[in-house]
Amino acid sequence: MSAPHYTLYHPRWYRRRVSVWWWLQNRSYTGFVLRELTSVFVAFFAVIQLWQLRALAQGPEAYERFLFRLGTPLFLALDTVVFLFVVFHAITWFNLTPKAMVVRVRGKRVPDGVIVSVNYAAWLVLSGAVALVLLRG
Amino acid sequence: MVQRITPLLWLLFSAGGTVAALLFPAHVFLSGLAFPLGWLPAPSYESLHRLLSHPLTRLYLFVLIALPLFHWAHRFRYTLYDGLQLKHLTALIAVLCYGVAILGAGMTAYLLWTIA
Repeated sequence: MSAPHYTLYHPRWYRRRVSVWWWLQNRSYTGFVLRELTSVFVAFFAVIQLWQLRALAQGPEAYERFLFRLGTPLFLALDTVVFLFVVFHAITWFNLTPKAMVVRVRGKRVPDGVIVSVNYAAWLVLSGAVALVLLRG
Repeated sequence: MVQRITPLLWLLFSAGGTVAALLFPAHVFLSGLAFPLGWLPAPSYESLHRLLSHPLTRLYLFVLIALPLFHWAHRFRYTLYDGLQLKHLTALIAVLCYGVAILGAGMTAYLLWTIA
């Protein structure tokens, strides 16, 4: 016999049931959930990189097959969505940095705008470096 | 156990988020769109192997793949709790999320270690 979930003469608290879609009712809630969901696309692309690494370990034919797969409409469509979400992640992440990290130089707090700008500058430089290395081949 | 190592998990989340923010847009754009669509020439098998022969490239790839997986594990765990109201499955979700990240990091390390 299992124990009952209630105690006799002890009324349950009144709690409104919240729909699983609570975040669609308000724009800022929707933004929050979309921002949290960027992690799924980040993980998806990490797995693609892992797949590429495995293809490179297996040999030239496996690498050709990998390149062919990425050119199929399914992966082109997926990667377009991944790109949009990854850029959304980058922008929200950089804009949040000053709130998560307070930087002080000689006892003075560095203004939020400076920290955000440094992030965007680093983004630009690193993106250029990645492109340079991969295109020089 | 998860409670005790929370600071470490948060550090991995934060480091992985920064790596993904700074480097993923360029990589997704090139490998996912520009190379397959022929906008830019994809690097050859030989040139990528030449790059991989350098230990710094391998370290870079490990950071590029493993840290964002931990970023995902941490963020997705809380998305499931709050978004889908699965608070009662806390332990199971934590084990699954971090388990996948550890598995992915292990596979990355193995491939980078053994690649010729």
